[in-house]
Amino acid sequence: MTRADARADEATEPIRLLDPDGSLVESDANAEWRELAAQLSTDDRLAMHGEMLRTRRFDIEAGHLQRQGKLGLWVPSIGQEGAQVGAAWASREQDTIFPSYREHLIALHRGVDMLQIIDIFRGAVHGGWDPLETRGMRIYSLVIATHALHSTGYAMGIRLDRACGTGDASRDEAVMAFYGDGAASQGDASEGLVFAASYDAPIVFFVQNNKWAISVPSTRQSRTPLHERARGFGLDAAWVDGNDPLASFAVTRRMLDAARQGRPGYVEADTYRMGAHTTSDDPTRYRPSEEEEAWRRRDPIARLAAHLRELGVDDAALAAQDAEATDLAADMRRRTLAAGTAASDDIFDHVYSEPHPLVLEQKRALAEFEAGFGGES
Amino acid sequence: MTSDTQAEQVQAAPAASVTMPIAKALNAALREAMRADDRVLLMGEDIGPLGGVFRITDGLHAEFGEHRVLDTPLAESGIIGTAIGLAMRGYRPVIEIQFDGFVYPGFDQIVSQLAKMTARHRGRVSMPIVIRIPYGGHIGAVEHHQESPEAYFAHTAGLRVVSPSTANDAHWMLRQAIESDDPVIFLEPKSKYWSKGEVLPAPAARLQGVSGMHRAVVAKPGSDVTLIGHGAMVHVLLQAALIAEGEGTSCEVVDLRSLSPIDWAPLVESAQRTGRVIVAQEAPGHVSVGSEIAATIAERAFYSLEAPVLRVSGFDTPFPPAQLEDIYLPDADRVLDAVDRSLAY
Repeated sequence: MTRADARADEATEPIRLLDPDGSLVESDANAEWRELAAQLSTDDRLAMHGEMLRTRRFDIEAGHLQRQGKLGLWVPSIGQEGAQVGAAWASREQDTIFPSYREHLIALHRGVDMLQIIDIFRGAVHGGWDPLETRGMRIYSLVIATHALHSTGYAMGIRLDRACGTGDASRDEAVMAFYGDGAASQGDASEGLVFAASYDAPIVFFVQNNKWAISVPSTRQSRTPLHERARGFGLDAAWVDGNDPLASFAVTRRMLDAARQGRPGYVEADTYRMGAHTTSDDPTRYRPSEEEEAWRRRDPIARLAAHLRELGVDDAALAAQDAEATDLAADMRRRTLAAGTAASDDIFDHVYSEPHPLVLEQKRALAEFEAGFGGES
Repeated sequence: MTSDTQAEQVQAAPAASVTMPIAKALNAALREAMRADDRVLLMGEDIGPLGGVFRITDGLHAEFGEHRVLDTPLAESGIIGTAIGLAMRGYRPVIEIQFDGFVYPGFDQIVSQLAKMTARHRGRVSMPIVIRIPYGGHIGAVEHHQESPEAYFAHTAGLRVVSPSTANDAHWMLRQAIESDDPVIFLEPKSKYWSKGEVLPAPAARLQGVSGMHRAVVAKPGSDVTLIGHGAMVHVLLQAALIAEGEGTSCEVVDLRSLSPIDWAPLVESAQRTGRVIVAQEAPGHVSVGSEIAATIAERAFYSLEAPVLRVSGFDTPFPPAQLEDIYLPDADRVLDAVDRSLAY
């Protein structure tokens, strides 16, 4: 994306290819994005729809498990599947992804098992999965925007390794960092932009503006649109309708491929957190139900489904995806209920990479203490 | 660390002992580490052509270039956070924080991210990052330039915290810190940067392996009172011991070297021998490294003690304006006052 393109995006509307009713938006302004989206076949679009449905069912089932006391907390991504599926499909196999904690679709897309996400929220582990085994998907980051710096540093490393910038998009590496409108206020988010620009880091910050940081609206987070803020740091930036999977794909693919040639970018995806911030939250205290209803009519899954019907995909195919998603969620529930608990050694075993006398001593002392109850328990 | 790596590093070390100031010993250690391993890179503010405000990185930018010596934007959280990402990519960043009081903008990245990253990944990701911090008073500087923040880091699981007091230790402990696969907070006694000492060739002077930097050593043997300290304070303790000797009291000075973990055996052994222990530090005393030492020696050497372990610390106040620093910072007189109080029990 050129700077001229970026200026052209300074519009009142985000880039959009599908209207909320699923019909195609065709204008001169979105011609280049339509061309990029044309890379997605009908089968691809159907597969994207399947991923969104699976994530939705997974999300709903995890919420139920929390209400039944099986999870300590759940963080739903309902409403944001469109932004995420576009970004997931825009990423290439060699890319590295630094998520926040609501990127369930991205995680599943890169091969993380549902139960590995569940393990975090049932209190079994902090990290969930081994990032060396999940096709570039790093673990969730709970302190918002801290990973904006980790991802930028990783991208700086790619550049030092000369693993980008050859002009071959199928090989050049890039990084995606995911965070939200609330995190954008953190100093680390800004410092990430400073470092990414200073070192021409091959990175795209994909910011899901879901309008609410728990109860604080995005209007309180920034007086200027977030994508305009990014331009001030010297990054290319775009504003996309995040509930439009095709637009999310097209814009992110373009920005990522520019990033792998040394132009860091920023995508602000206009979307909405349809559910609560977490299962501990009560949105009725801070936002009107009319707002939620208006966004429900812009549900990204319904939008893509309508588009697929227009492409001639029959209802049976969509129903089959729904049934498969429901089965997967049920399987996740069964496996969650059967999952074991963490061992006390887990407290001590990985604090340091090399032996540490204090930790070893305390591990030994706990073992002796527990052995002292031997046979009586 | 493999024995091959050790052999290479031994080769890169000076062949004969050389007398040099701590600043030069640190510079030499950085140069050797960068020559030995091209994944080692330096990050910090003004560390490039300027060589750092204390010139510790002098000449390294010229030798290794801007891709190994990164003059960063002025943002400590950004420096530490991006170093974490570089470590995930396989690099071994060595960070310079310009002054002790400037580390706090990066505190969250150190405490919530760097320190916990290996545990969060269940050991699958290591964080071989060294954060060098010039610390302590005695330089007559403005606010935020003379502090001793070690307790924050020693309190944090997942970090290793060390502080050399001599040129030889500055050199070899920095080499060991860079070799460590864990994050190391490397506290440099900035008032002693130009204090000279002999840097011995490896392996004669070298405490082998990463654990070497975690050993406490007896800096001066004695029999009546044990004086424990780290960094620049060791020099004050040696001065106090010299004065005490003239007054007929034999003081043993133990250089702590490592604040996390603490090498308890030499401390407890010395306490058992002398029965009297003074622990001194520039940092405020409340909930400090000295507090931990006093408590642990009381637990482990209880029946040998003739007096309670006494602490000599900076006051529990903000570090004062420079005109008052000599009153704030423990000197030989305040240490000797504690020695007298201990002997009076």
